[in-house]
Amino acid sequence: MVDFGGWDMPLSYGSQIEEHHAVRQHAGLFDVSHMRVLDLCGARASECLRLLLANDVARLKDPGKALYSCMLNEAGGILDDLIVYRLDDELFRVVVNAGTAEKDQAWISARAAALGVAVKARREQALLAVQGPEARAHVAALLLPADAMRALNLDVFVGAQIGEWFIARTGYTGEDGFEIMLPAEAAAGLWRALIARGVRCCGLGARDTLRLEAGMNLYGQDMDEQTHPLESGLEWTVAWEPAERQFIGRAVLEGLRAAGTARRLCGLVLEERAVMRAHQHVIVPQEGEGMITSGTFSPTLARSIALARLPAGQAREVQVEVRGKLLPARVVKPPFVRHGRALLQV
Amino acid sequence: MSNAPADRRYARSHEWARDLGDGTVEVGISDHAQNALGDLVFVEVPETGRTLAAGEACAVVESVKAASDIYSPLGGTVVAVNEQLASAPELINQQPYEGGWIFRLRPSDGAGLAALLDAKAYLAVADSE
Repeated sequence: MVDFGGWDMPLSYGSQIEEHHAVRQHAGLFDVSHMRVLDLCGARASECLRLLLANDVARLKDPGKALYSCMLNEAGGILDDLIVYRLDDELFRVVVNAGTAEKDQAWISARAAALGVAVKARREQALLAVQGPEARAHVAALLLPADAMRALNLDVFVGAQIGEWFIARTGYTGEDGFEIMLPAEAAAGLWRALIARGVRCCGLGARDTLRLEAGMNLYGQDMDEQTHPLESGLEWTVAWEPAERQFIGRAVLEGLRAAGTARRLCGLVLEERAVMRAHQHVIVPQEGEGMITSGTFSPTLARSIALARLPAGQAREVQVEVRGKLLPARVVKPPFVRHGRALLQV
Repeated sequence: MSNAPADRRYARSHEWARDLGDGTVEVGISDHAQNALGDLVFVEVPETGRTLAAGEACAVVESVKAASDIYSPLGGTVVAVNEQLASAPELINQQPYEGGWIFRLRPSDGAGLAALLDAKAYLAVADSE
């Protein structure tokens, strides 16, 4: 067990690698109740989030549709990354990281209060993620037929209240699946029912190798308040249009964009048999030095993969300092693995 | 709860050493150690013929969590290494005391083994961590 954002969480329940493969090939179950759910309610909720988030909730046309976004400070630094759902015109649901939850809630509440928007933390709710090619079928099997049909008909990145559960077709693994928000007292029952169906329980270790293979950033490791989206591989999440939307951090971010950013977040694949870890140095020929932000052994590729912040250049071959040795690594564009398949040759 | 067979001796740094009765000693890591490391993904074994001092770092086991040095529990010369670990590092997780052995050495003197911990004393060390 490890401390994670103030929560005691298991790194694994058994073999971390078997947990990883279960998600890529069948289905795995994660207790992600440490993430905090905030509901924003009020006539100006959309306006509030269009100020707070670098991505634009006005893009969410259909009820239940979700969006991934960074929340920035005035300096363009990343306060957190989050998922926001538009439940209806005056109700939005935001899911934030555990480690930043208190700070996020205070930051959001301060802006919301000025606009008459209520912010409610749904601490009575638990969150379970069921991920993998067989995940949706396992969840559907536990629902009444009409509810199962609704759940299975959810599009990617859409959530809906179905009976007592809020079911969303989202996740952090690069596989299909659901994230289910339900009353905390019902969570253990759902957990047991899924385990009884053969879904494998997975810990933080597998969650980390899965998200890294999927090329997804981890807040606090790959980005934080000292870094901005443009050097974190997250420019695609910044909604520059419409130009008149003045989200927090925009002015600084536009300056950085115009000047050109000095650093970029890249994927690395190690050519040798060793494992890259966070904070290791990366030597980029002719360009300078960088640093590994997340590194691990990829169970799918049977190689070490990493995210690294490097000088913004064209280098394709770099060297990583692993335990006193300089080992060659290849620069690649994440993701490394998607829907059970390797996206690059090793 | 980890286990430690009584047919061998142990170092405080979690290696085991078993007298093979032919003048050589087999070395691996304990069940406690493999459990703490988690799934092993790479193993770097010493070269055959290398001379080791007792306590010298001579191999590396890398798991999903971290890389760890393996220290030779005895002084001597490496006479064999477990080639299977190159393609199946998980042998150390699955059979830490049998198929997961790492190397064999010919001790430079006969007294080394007796200076190591017996199984009971080792388990007391491991359980106190």
